[in-house]
Order: sequence, then structure tokens, then C-alpha cells
Amino acid sequence: MTKKVNQTIIYLLLLLLSTICLLPFIMMLVNSTREGTDIMKSFTLIPGDYLIKNWEVVKENLNIPRGFANSIFISVLSTALAAYFSSLTAFGFAFYRFKGRKVIFTIIIVSMMIPAQLGLLGFYDLSMKLGLIDSFIPLIVPSIASPATVFFLRQYLLSVMPKSLLEAPRIDGASEFYIFHKIGLPIMSPGIATMAIGIFIGSWNSYLLPLVILNSQRKFTLPVMIASLNAVKNIAQNIGATYVAVAISVVPIIIVFCFCSKYIISSISSGSVKE
Amino acid sequence: MKAADKTKKTKGLHNRDNMGYAFIAPFVLVFLTFNIYPVARTLYLSFTDYSGFNVPTWVGLTNYIRVFKDKLLWEAFGNTVRIWGINIILQLGIAFLLTIVFSDMKYRTRGLSIFRALFYLPNLIAATSVAYLFKTMLDWKFGSFNQILKGIGLISESVDWMGTPPLLRTAVGVIGAWMWFGNSFIMLMAGVQGINRDYYEAAAIDGAGRWKVFGKITLPLLKPIMLYVAITSLIGGLQLFDIPYLMTLGQQKQVRAVNTAVMHLYTMAFKNRQIGYAGAIAFILFFIICICSILVYLMMYSKKRKEED
Repeated sequence: MTKKVNQTIIYLLLLLLSTICLLPFIMMLVNSTREGTDIMKSFTLIPGDYLIKNWEVVKENLNIPRGFANSIFISVLSTALAAYFSSLTAFGFAFYRFKGRKVIFTIIIVSMMIPAQLGLLGFYDLSMKLGLIDSFIPLIVPSIASPATVFFLRQYLLSVMPKSLLEAPRIDGASEFYIFHKIGLPIMSPGIATMAIGIFIGSWNSYLLPLVILNSQRKFTLPVMIASLNAVKNIAQNIGATYVAVAISVVPIIIVFCFCSKYIISSISSGSVKE
Repeated sequence: MKAADKTKKTKGLHNRDNMGYAFIAPFVLVFLTFNIYPVARTLYLSFTDYSGFNVPTWVGLTNYIRVFKDKLLWEAFGNTVRIWGINIILQLGIAFLLTIVFSDMKYRTRGLSIFRALFYLPNLIAATSVAYLFKTMLDWKFGSFNQILKGIGLISESVDWMGTPPLLRTAVGVIGAWMWFGNSFIMLMAGVQGINRDYYEAAAIDGAGRWKVFGKITLPLLKPIMLYVAITSLIGGLQLFDIPYLMTLGQQKQVRAVNTAVMHLYTMAFKNRQIGYAGAIAFILFFIICICSILVYLMMYSKKRKEED
């Protein structure tokens, strides 16, 4: 009997916690359909019919489609580069016994412990010297070197792909890169998918770096654009429009999450079970 | 004939192993340019006077001496620690309780994958959106948060969350916990699931109670992951930037309350154009993070020793 009672309490608490996680999003969606003056007066979970008018206010002040396109462009390219080059690097570390590989690999692992802000100023300075301020290049190209992804994929390769798989195509005279593309990549693809989602979301949500690098309105990514809401007086006054703008930046990620939550969770879990 | 074959073969193997360089070359090139060089450059600049537009002039330890005299920085550092304290206690506390609930053998709580996904959701949203959402909801006059609290009768007067420094710091800490507890929970839970089932079966045969099993098997075997979670949240927490920065953007009075070390660094570098000095702040912060990480490690490691004795 006490077991039943305790179980009920546990589930109730879990539901409460879930509500706390969800409520701000639900309120955001509801408020984006309500008129500003209504939102100020009262709180409700019943949607209103002001969505389109709110959207029109947003449209007048911010070029959301542009920010959306910029964010997609940067995130997709970064993810593709990180996925391909990390696989390539992981393959190299897993199957070739070249000189110095242990030292290089150790340096890569140690670098994972260095906080990102440590190199920020040097990175900004470098981008300035290369004339890359207000360009997408510093936001995309560095993803070729993603230490954590390389580390994960190397472990993954060692556990799923025996070295003997390389022998047959070698006897047939296949080149090493051919073997990587035809055998290595397909075998790694579940691992790549797991890491790719994380990289995509990280890039989509990134704020500090684009804030430092980009400075013209039409280059802004969605997060930088949302942050510039402050400067726009009209939207700040029309609180419903603020909710619409925020919702637009949130909804794509929630959609990605609905389809890929399994991969996302396994990629976080993998971070903790390295040994 | 045989010997010749052999040398040819080893030579071939050797060449093939050198192909590894080709595989890692693009990575190494980009890694050196965009990861290693910027850190080295920041270190160099921290010993110079540099605004981004002049030629850096060497000033020795001047910037580092200034760090120790910078009252605003230490105030910011105090804010960071206070916000982080609230954040970490809530975040790890909830994550740990959830791990106990879901790993308990008696209650066998179901729905792990659904709850895990729900708890992780806040972490997926861009910090800019989170900051904006909460800033709007915590608004003194128009915010939904006051309306809800008034609705359930918890408060009768509107609370000025954003304008009261301790409340604002607490809010930022709670938002951080809200964003990250799901992440910590998933990692801890993955650790529990990675524990060999044989231990539990052996304990069950020996008739060990569930609290004993938790204390003697789950907890000690979870230690490496707890260490990992603690150190990563330490590194992340001391670098707190986007949420407090965005929530107080343009509100000079509120900035003081939640100004963090990295916010101070950002202001120094990109508003005041004192990149050399900001570099010194970056390295002092890095040094503090290193010391704290080592302390956490020692704390957990020496505890383990004592248990073994």
C-alpha cells in the first residue's frame, strides 16, 4: 500500500517537473497569438487570434527570413564540414600507425579541456587580420577541427570496425581514401549522425562568436537578431510580437528534437561513458 | 628471394601508415590556425597594450597587476560564484534525485525516455531566446510570472524580479539550473545504466537492501561520471555569459547585479577596446578554473581513498 502511495507521489513530482520544463514554451506560443495589451493585463493558456498581426509587427522591424537563411547556411555547412573531416581524422588515428600520432592525439584531448573564451580575443584578432570580420568564414571553417567529435568517432570506429576489414580491398588495389569513403564512412554513419545533431544545434544556438564576428544587420544569425530586439523600440513595446520573434527561433529546434531525441540523448550519454 | 619480399612488404606497410598524415592533415591545419594560435595570441596580447587597431606595445605584467586592482572584476567574479552556487546546487541536486528515482529497484519508475526528453528540452533552446523569454515573463508590470503567482495567491503585490539584485541573481541561477539539470541527469543515468548488472544480481543473492546497494555499488561506481559532470559544470558555470548579458542588455542598473567575469571581459575587449587587458582577464579566469577543477578532483579522489581505508 505505501508502495502505491509513494509511487503516485513520485509520478506527480515528475509531472510537476515536466510542467516546469514545458510551461515557458507553452506560454510563449500562447502569448504570441495574443494582443499586447491583453498579455499585460492577464495570464491565460487560451490562444488568441492576434498571431498574424503580431507577425506583421515583427516583419516591419526585423528581417527574420534573412536571419533564418543565414542561420541555416552556417549551421548546415558547419555540420557537414565537422562530420566529414572528423570522420576522416578519426579514421586516420584509428587505422594508421604513423609517428607522433599519440602525441598529437593527446594534445587534441587536452585541448578539449580549454574553455572556449580563452582563445576568443586571439580568434577575433586573427579574423580581423585576415579581413574576415562580418564574414561567415570564421563561423564555418573552424568546425573542420572539432576535437570532441574526432575523439568520439575514433572510439566508435575502434569498437565497430575491425582492422581486418581493410585487408580485402587493399589486396584488390583500392586506394586508402577509396576505402575510407566506401567502407569507413558507411560504418561510421550512426556515430556521425549522433554527433552531427549536437553540432547542428550548437551552431544554430551559438551567440557569442557571431556577435563578435558579424556586424551588419543582413548578416545576422537568428540568435543575434533576436538579441537585437532590444534596440528595436516598436517590438519591445508590442510584447506579443516579441513572443512571436522568439517562437520563430525556438520552433525549428523543437521540431528537430521531436524527430531525433533518441540520437540527441545517446550523444549526451556517450559523453559520460567514455571508458 | 624471401628476404627481398619481406623488405618490400615492410616498406609498403610503412608507406601505408604514413597515409595517416594525409587523413589528419586538414584537421591539424585548421586546429593549429583556429584553436591553438588564438590561445597563444591571446596570451601574447595579454602582455601588451592593444586596442585592435594599433601595433601591440609590450607592457610586461601591467595588465595582470591591473586585474588584481580591478574592483569591478572581483565584484563580477563574486556575482559569477553566487549565481553559479544557486545554479549548481539545484542542477546537480535535481539530477541526482532523478537518478535515484529512476535507478531504484523497488519502485521501477517507468517512462524514462519520455521524461528524459522533456527534461532535456530547455537545454536545446538558444540562450538568446531563453533570456528574452524570461526577461519578458519576469517583467515587473507585464510579466506572466507575477500574474501566475498572484493568480494562485502566493503574492499580493507585483515583485520587481529584474530590479532587485539578489532576486535577479537567483533568477539567473534558477534559469541556468532549469536549462542544464536534464543534461546532468542524462549523463548520470547513462552512468548507472553502464554499471554491470552482475553486481546487482550478486547483491540481490546476498540479500542486500536497496539503500545498501545504492550506497555500496551505484554511488562508488558512479564517481568518475560525477567527477566529469562536476568539472564540466564548473567550467561552464564560471564562463557564464549569454543569459545575464542578454537579460540586462541596455539596463545599466541591472547589469551591476549580474555582471559576470566573462561579461566584464567582453565589455573590456569589445566596448572599451582594451584587448590586452581583456586577455589578462581571460588567463586569470582560466587559471582559477584550473585550480577549481583540481580541487574538485582532489576532493572526490581523497574521499574515495578514505572509504577504501
